[in-house]
This record gives sequence, structure tokens and C-alpha cells, in this order.
Amino acid sequence: MAGNVWVLAEHWRSKISDITYELLALGKEVATNIGAELQAVLLGHEVRELAQSLGAANSVLYLDHVALANPVPESFAQALASAIRARKPRAILIPLTNVSWEIGTLLAAQLEVGYINACKDVRLVEGKLQVRSVLYGGKMEALVNPAQSTAILGILPGARPADHGRAATVPMLEEVTVDLAETSSVQLKRYLEPEPGDIDISKQEVLVSVGRGIQSRENVRLAEELAGALGGAVCGSRPVIDQGWLPLSRQVGKSGAVVKPKLYVAAGISGAPEHVEGMKNSDLIIAINSDPQAPIFNVARYGITADAIDVLPALTEMVRSRKKEAKSRAA
Amino acid sequence: MLPDPVTVPYLGVSGYVYLWLLTLVSFSVFGSRVLRHVRVLSRARPENRWDHVGKRIGLVAANVLGQWRLLDEPLIGIAHLIIFWSFLAYATTFFWNLLRGLIPLLAIPYPDDVRWVAFCVQALGVLGMIALAVAALRRYLFTPVSLERSWDAAIILLLIATVLLSSLGSAGFRALAATTGSSWQPVGNFLAAIFASLGVSRSQAATIFLWTWWVHMITVLGFLAYLPYSKHLHLLASPFSVFFASLEPSKMPAASEGGSPLEEFTWRQLFSGLACAECGRCDRACPSFACGEPLSPKQFIHHVKELMLASNQTSVDNSKKSLGDVVSPEDVWACTTCASCMEVCPVFNEHIPLVIEMRRKLVSQGDVQPRLQEAFTNLARYGNSFGQSERKRAAWTQNLGFKPKDARKESVQWLWYLGEYACYHPALQGITRSLARALRTADVDYGILYEAERNSGNDVRRVGEEGLFELLRQKNTATLQQAHFNNLFTTDPHVYNTFKNEYPDLNHGRHPVSHHTELLATLLERGQLPVARRLSYRVTYHDPCYLGRYNGVYDPPRAVLQALGVELVEMRRSRRRSFCCGGGGGRVWMEEVGQAQSRPSENRVREAASLDGVECLVVACPKDYVMFTDALKTTGLEGKLFVKDVAELVEEAVAV
Amino acid sequence: MKIIVLLKMVPDVVEELEVAADGQTLDTEFLRLIANELDNHALEEALLLKEKYSGTVTVVALDAPEVDDALFTALAKGADQALKITDGDSAPSTLSGAYRLAQALSTVPGLLPVDLILTGAQAIDDLDGMTSPLVAHFLRLPQLGIITQVSVNSVAGVATVLREFPGGVRGEYEIQLPAVLGIQAAEKPPRYVPVSRVQVAMKSRVIESVHVPTAADGGVGLSPVEEMLKPEVTEHAQMLQGSPEEVANQLCEVLAGRGLL
Repeated sequence: MAGNVWVLAEHWRSKISDITYELLALGKEVATNIGAELQAVLLGHEVRELAQSLGAANSVLYLDHVALANPVPESFAQALASAIRARKPRAILIPLTNVSWEIGTLLAAQLEVGYINACKDVRLVEGKLQVRSVLYGGKMEALVNPAQSTAILGILPGARPADHGRAATVPMLEEVTVDLAETSSVQLKRYLEPEPGDIDISKQEVLVSVGRGIQSRENVRLAEELAGALGGAVCGSRPVIDQGWLPLSRQVGKSGAVVKPKLYVAAGISGAPEHVEGMKNSDLIIAINSDPQAPIFNVARYGITADAIDVLPALTEMVRSRKKEAKSRAA
Repeated sequence: MLPDPVTVPYLGVSGYVYLWLLTLVSFSVFGSRVLRHVRVLSRARPENRWDHVGKRIGLVAANVLGQWRLLDEPLIGIAHLIIFWSFLAYATTFFWNLLRGLIPLLAIPYPDDVRWVAFCVQALGVLGMIALAVAALRRYLFTPVSLERSWDAAIILLLIATVLLSSLGSAGFRALAATTGSSWQPVGNFLAAIFASLGVSRSQAATIFLWTWWVHMITVLGFLAYLPYSKHLHLLASPFSVFFASLEPSKMPAASEGGSPLEEFTWRQLFSGLACAECGRCDRACPSFACGEPLSPKQFIHHVKELMLASNQTSVDNSKKSLGDVVSPEDVWACTTCASCMEVCPVFNEHIPLVIEMRRKLVSQGDVQPRLQEAFTNLARYGNSFGQSERKRAAWTQNLGFKPKDARKESVQWLWYLGEYACYHPALQGITRSLARALRTADVDYGILYEAERNSGNDVRRVGEEGLFELLRQKNTATLQQAHFNNLFTTDPHVYNTFKNEYPDLNHGRHPVSHHTELLATLLERGQLPVARRLSYRVTYHDPCYLGRYNGVYDPPRAVLQALGVELVEMRRSRRRSFCCGGGGGRVWMEEVGQAQSRPSENRVREAASLDGVECLVVACPKDYVMFTDALKTTGLEGKLFVKDVAELVEEAVAV
Repeated sequence: MKIIVLLKMVPDVVEELEVAADGQTLDTEFLRLIANELDNHALEEALLLKEKYSGTVTVVALDAPEVDDALFTALAKGADQALKITDGDSAPSTLSGAYRLAQALSTVPGLLPVDLILTGAQAIDDLDGMTSPLVAHFLRLPQLGIITQVSVNSVAGVATVLREFPGGVRGEYEIQLPAVLGIQAAEKPPRYVPVSRVQVAMKSRVIESVHVPTAADGGVGLSPVEEMLKPEVTEHAQMLQGSPEEVANQLCEVLAGRGLL
């Protein structure tokens, strides 16, 4: 039906990504607001059964083709483009993750319409769709009214809680034929797994995370001591891994791990979106940064404007002595 | 009758024939080896060191004849002074002997035949032997750090001992064999008596005398041939290295693209390798070395020497021809440029220029660690290494309560050039405000440049980024020329050093730049800064490298402290022997080297804390402040000692 | 081997960003522009490929304040040629910028054909798309982004590249040349070039200026920015004050309360 809200149901390695549910939650809201239906669009090859969990949508459009077996942005954009030309939805929400990165841009270019990137929210304002996008590393936001008949929107992780997009019901499935070339000029050959780290940080209950603000490889030791005192592990933002201060297995963020520990201490981390998307769902976030304007303070529950290399040792000391006290009282 | 060693026949051939042969062999080996060194030097870059000849002669007199710098370590200093003079005497008599020996028809006596010569030589011989014993004991039994028990050292000690003993022995046998006057030969007579008592006959003595004469001459001739490839080349080279020393030791080497192959260094930089006696004083003075870091100034110089020797050989393996091949970048970056090594080197070697040239090379190759790269990029773009906007340079004035004058717009008596640490570093902004208030109390007419200030470039230069230094210097010079001021002062010794020595015509010929302690000292002396309360702290003062060793400013900070009433206790390593905090030479922009437990700053605060009853470590440099406050935390000495800048103490004393 | 690197100047966030009076764009009074960080990685990757396979690297950028600095630096680092596209919008959107770049590449003689076009995988001002897929679309070339490694097989006319996926996984792709790649990280950190060498480049090298006017239909379908504003802070952390010890104490109270101690 024309005028519906579509969500690109991202899946990777046989699993529906969490962001798909986030987008379904958002899409449901938008669809309700404009009085239209929510449809999930599932593209792939022989992945029909993944549609079962997309019950938050009214129905699922399933496009199956061998060229869609692996993440190749152009093929996905082409398939979507012909479906959109045929069915003219009001808007399509596309995840902004490593898996679906360029699809939105390519899709809009193929349809010769505009694309709006880095959206964190979509609302109905005075009867019109309005999108809020993030710019300049989080330092500015832009409100944009999508001008064209089908709004192509790239949505950042964290727009809505994933749980709001899960449903027990199994949606209706509609198969859509796809006309694509069998082979493409871009082909996935294989995946390279990361070196197995000593620890899986996504399973830790306490994480002490370091960013550039700790200034040197030396000071990672301070985080390790706090992590040790709290019974957790150390992780870091991308710059720290790029510098070689921590191995890749400890990276949190867009290209690293997504973590949800009970406690996340962010030391010397500015809070750039690519990192925040990897940890914002932690139960308790404590941020230490010498810059009071650091975006991390918008995500943290408690914040301290100080040099992390001063606070970490003091905190370690205090944690250790408290634990000791507790032990001797128990004894 | 005493035989003439060179006219006596041996195996049918007269002695002087053998002497001629031996002399020719020895001299040609010596000559060719020295020539090879000269050839390497001639391929190096030129450098003019012929200026101020009078001053240079003075340096040689004090440091070669007087061995002045060696007296820093008094026992070995005196011993070496004696060895030097006895060597000088023996060298003279050797050539005398040689001349007389090569030309037997020459109507000159042997030196031993001249009474007062014999006396001096024998006295110095005995003293020399005692001094040698002291030196040997020190080297082998009480070995100081960085002194090697090398074969080279052993050979030299044995050679010199042989020279002295053969000469003394010869005198003894001579005295026994001869009949002519021997009243000026106390040692000779003494030994003669011993030999006589051992049953040596006159004729036997005459024969043995011949042999000791030959042993002496052959030893020295052999020594001559050996000399140019041993550390004892310093005998020949050091008078020259001192004569051609840098008269401005803190001066940067002339602009260059850096050095790695030998030809890219100047001849004087390479000469350091030849003049080095491997005494290890530079290592013992170096703060990085003292803390177990891989940097060794002595090794640097040694690598230069080894490469020079290697380039003399016509070997096939040319792969190790560059200094960059044998010295790791880590060692090059580890230097804090504190100049302690150059301060103590007895032959005035130039360690720091070598490091700077190598750093320039690494920079030109782009071989720069990420943190340093970031510092460069920030300095070039924002004029400060913190990567903060230029517009925030005066943010420290926000909590001041008044606005200092803007020297870009109005005329001021004193322009205060703050330096980036005083402006941007959160721990230092409080001190900056202290000084601002204290100067206001003293009614000093001062102003600042607000956002127009840029990093002065001192440390940029010492890290080898000459192009960036030029950029900063041009900008700062233009800013200063447009500002309106009579005098200039700064709180940062690094700014002080480069403004004073590397910004030509900074202030139109007026007194170029003062340090804030100099200004404070003057104000206190004139009573312009009334001391409301005398402070009762017991303190010690750390001489900043760039204020003290580099520019000789030791007394004004002490005068300030005295005026404030504090009790000053000096550390052992004070004034020119002050121990660097480890933050200079761009080290604050680099990764740590070596173990965490052994930083120079920690070493220094421990020294301060070990002084009886001292509660405060006084500093006059922002980097010292930061390094020492960190060190107090990491050593756990925070309760025992606190760090204060001179300005903070002044504010405390004058505040009402 | 022929490589083109596309460089974009973006706002420097070291300075405080302010909204202009029109409420829709950035205030330009104290605004400074800097080369997009990931474009520097793209340049580094191009130079590494040049060192590995030999060839030429041409850097192309739209005219903007401070672009000359960036282009001379690229030349000093080892790029063979630098091109500046003039006569356009002073603050183009990513879409119109990509369109003009594609136009320039197709019309300026000597640029195409090319083996690889490299640019950063994203930029901080990408409101209407990313440069790499857009340029690829306009030039009808294959494209892949978030690339951290490139190797080229000229004989077969393909490149083998690694693309980053979540959890540290990387996907090895084969892409037919010529292609456009969005670089996430070069195989080595971007090299340093000393100031003196950049200054030498400024004196001895030339940035070619090419006039390519903004096409009337470039930037088709651009949605106008209603309003630009500082981020809405729906929640902000509770800030703890005091010395490190005092703060540590307060934190421990919080942790104890949650059973984390």
C-alpha cells in the first residue's frame, strides 16, 4: 500500500540485528502518527524464518535473491529501489550500522531523491514529518523536514529501546520478486574473525573504559587497577585501540563490541557517537573527563570534571579500603 | 763509562739503525691512522670555530693544562692532573731521547744527563705511579658507574706503568753504572742502592740500563702506533676538542636537514667521537641514565667513534655506515636536553647537537611517534600543544577579578609572555593568577598579549622540527614588534631561553627578556613588593635546566626566597648540577621510556624529601611544577612534601 | 596505477560552534575548516598503495577556506598532483559536493580513467549522505565503504579489501576496478610531514584550479534544514564536586547502594 512506513530489517550472520527492533519501535510510532501501516522489509537469501520475530510490523515484505545473500550495499539499494518505485512508501528507515552503512545513500541516489543521514529521532510536527539529525561529532543537531514523497532516512543506533520493537506475534509475509543481476562487481569472499581476546568484554558486569584523555599507554594501568578492585575488566574507545594501548578485542563502539554491563566507568572518553552507541545501554554510567562540555556527560548518570589520572587512583584506593572494611566486618 | 744505547752494536748493527726502523714503522702507522681520521672529518660538514681565539686559548689553559672539569670528582681529578703532567714531561723527554737517538752525532745530551730534567722526570715518575695506582684501584675495585674495565683501559694502564717504570728503572741502573754526578737523581740513587745490594755489578748495570732504555723507547713507539685507534686518542684530540669547543654550549646547531650518515654531521660533532676518553661522567650526570632508561650519552659518542673507525676500514660490509643504523629512535627521543652531560664533559664534547641532528633526521623522514605528531599538528594549527583554541588562551583571567592590560592595544612597561602551560594547563592557571595579583599589588605596569601569544618554539626546536620553529618564531616576532612595551618577562624558562638566545633583536636592543624571579627579586629589593608576613617554611629550591645551566640564572630566585624569610636548604645536586625533572626536550609530548618506578622527577622529589625537615620544594618552571606534583603522587610523598612556584610564595607573603 | 583521493574541508570542532543568525547554518565568524580526518586516512592509504604498486596519486578538493594548506600538505606527503575545483557554493552539502566532484572528474581531461578513487568513509558534516557512495553512483562505479585494507591485482582488474563489521569481524571483499572506496583507517597511521617540507611544496608546487560551476540540478531533492541547534540535552549527568578523594567517596556510596561493592 502506498504511504506506508518501511523499516529495513537488518540481519547479519543469521540473526536479526538489535537495531532492527529499535527501528521497528520508531517506525511503529511514525506509522501510527501518520495513520499508515508499518512494514518490515527483509532482504536476503533463504532467510524467510527470520521474519518471524518482526511482529511489531503489520507485515513483512520478503525479497529473496542470491545476490542478497551477503551484505553488498549496491545490490540491496537496487532491490529496495525497485520495490519503492512499485509501492511508494511514505518513508523508509534504514539502520546506520557497519552492515547497512551505504544503503540509504545509494538508495536515495538511485531514486534521485534526497537522503537524510544520522537521524536520532523522527516525529510528526504540525502534520509534517520532522527528522532530528546529529552533526559535527555530536556538537550540533539539525531539524530537517523531508521534502520528497518517499523519505529515505538513515537512523542511528539508540533511537528507541529495542524491546519496544519486539513482539510475540508472527507477522504476515509477502514475497516480492527481485530483478537483479546474478553477479555483482562487489563480492564478499569470507569473514575474518578477530583474534580471540583473553576476555569477552560483552560478558563483563563491570567495565572500566579508557579514551584518549588518559594520555598515555602507561596510564592504562590505572584503569586496570580500578577494574581489578571492582572485579571487572578494562576496555577502550577506538583511538586507544588504534594507538595499540589495548587489543582489538577490548574495543567498544561501532566497529567493536556493544556492551551492557552493570557498571561502565568512562575515563577520559569524550563521548563521540561511534563510541556511545556501543555502551549507552549500560545500567550505570560514570564519566570522568576534564572537559565539562564533553558529550559523554549527556549519557552518563554521574559525571566528574577532572583529570581521569587523578580520579582513578583515588577511586581504586577507596574501593579497596571499603571492600577491606566490609570483609573485616563480616569476619 | 755509560754506553750510548744507539751507538752500541746489536747483532753487528748499530743501535740507531734499529731505532730508525722502529721509528719509521711507528710513525707511519701513527700517521696513516691519524690521516684516515682527518679524511673522515674533511668529508663532514664545515663549521667555523676560529672565532674568539683568546677565549679559546683560555679554555685550553684552564681545562687541558689545569684539568679544571676533572676536579669535579676530586680524587681522580688530582690523580689525573698528575698523570697528565707526568705524561707531558715524559712525552717531552721521549722526543728528546728520540732526536738524540736518531741522530747520534747531534751534540745534545740525553735528557737524563741534564740534572734538573732528570729530577723533574723522576719526581713526576713516582707521583705518576702513585696516581696510576689510584686510577687502577678506582677502575677495578671501586668501579664507578659507566666506567669500563675494558682491555683498552687495562692496556693503557700497563703501557703507562711500563713507560714510567722502565724510565725509573733505567735511571737506577744508570746511576749504578755511571760514575758522573748524580746528586740530582734521588730516585735513581735510591734504586741504584737497592740494585747494588741485590748484587748487581757495575758492568751488569750498564747492560741492563741499555735494555731498559730500549724497553722504554719501544713501548712508547708502540703506544704511538696504538694510540689513534684506542680511547687514548683523547691525548692528541682533547686539546683540539677544547680549543674548538662551542663558546655558547646551549646554542643550537646551524639549521640542517639532520644527520644520520657521518658526512651529514659537522666535523666538530664527529670530533667528539675522537676526543672521548670514555670516562663516563656524562652518563653519571644524565637524569635519564640515572633512572635506568636506555639512553646513554656515552654510548652515543661511542657509536660515533665506532662508525668513524669502521669507515676507515675498506670492508665490504657497508650496511652499518649511518648513525641511524646503530642508534635506536627510542634512544634519540629519550634525551631531555638538560645539558648535564655537556656541563661535565672534560673534553667539551657535544652530545646534544648530535641528538638534535638525529632528531631532525627522524622528523624529516616522518618517523615521529603519534603523540609527538599530534603535538606538532596542534602547535602548527593552534599555536599550542594542548590542541585548544587560540581564543581560550586568556581563559585563565576569568577568575582574576580584574583584566590585565592588553599590550596589543596599550603601552605597558612590562610585557608578560606567559607561555602555553601557564595559560592552558589547569594545574597552573592558579599560579598564573597568583603572580598577576602579586604584580598588581606591587603596582607593576604590565600587560599580556591575550590570544596573540603562541608557543615560543624552544622545545619544538629541541625536538628537531626546525620548520615549525621558524613558523612560530616569525609569528611571535611580528606580534612582539607590533606590541607596545619596554621590557619583557616570562614565567617559563623555556620561553626565556629561546627568546634570549634564538630570537634576534627581540626588543630593539633593550634588555631582551627577564624571568619572573628576576623581576620579583628586583621588586623585593627595591621595596616595591612589601612583605606583609615572613613565611616560615623550610624549603629547597630546584634550579630549572633552562634557567640555570643554560642561562646562568641561579641567584635571583634565591634572593626572592631569602626576602620572603623562608629557610633555604640546598640539595646536593643544585645550581649547575641540578637534576632535570625529565620534562624538557619535548619529553612531555612523548610516551614514557623505561620503568614506571624510576622517573627522573621521582628521583628528584625523593632527594628533596630526604633533606631534614624540608616541607616544600620550590620551583620556577611550569613543567617542573607539573612533573613534581605528579611525582609526589606516584611516590606517595604527598603528605611529606608540597610543591610551590616562587610566585605562589610571593603572593602568600604579600597578601593582606 | 592511478589513484584519485577526494578531500573535503569540514568545520574544526576544536573551536566552539555557534549557530548563525539565520538559525539554519553555522556561524562563520570564528569558524575554521580542517581536512576531514578520514580523508587523511584515504590519502595515507593511497600513498601506501603508490609505494607498494608504484603509480600516481592525484588529490582533488572543492575550493574552501584553508583548502590550500591541506592540498600543499598532501603534495608534501607525496601526492603527485593537486586539483582545486572552484566557482561553486562556499558551503556545499555533501550531495552537491559529490555531484560537482563527479562532474569535475568526468570533464577535466586526464583525470579519468583511474584505478581507484579513495575518500574517507564519512565526514562530520554528512547530513545528506556520504561522499564515497554518491561519487560512485554519479560515476557509475562499484563502491564499498568502511575499508581498512586494500590490495590490488592489476592483471585481474580487481582489488581485495577488508570492511569492518561489528565485534571486530572483518569482511574480505573483491571489488572490480575502477572502484570507489570509503576508507575508515589506513593500514598505517597518517604520516607526518615536517613544516619545512610543506613550505617547500608551497613555493615549488602548484595547485591546479579547475572551474566547474554548480549545476542547476546538482543536489537534486535536497531537503532544507529547518533549524540548526545545539544538542538538546534531555538528560545530563549529576556532576560530583570536590577533590579526587571526596569524589571517590561519593562514588563509593553510589556503588555500595547498588550492590556493586
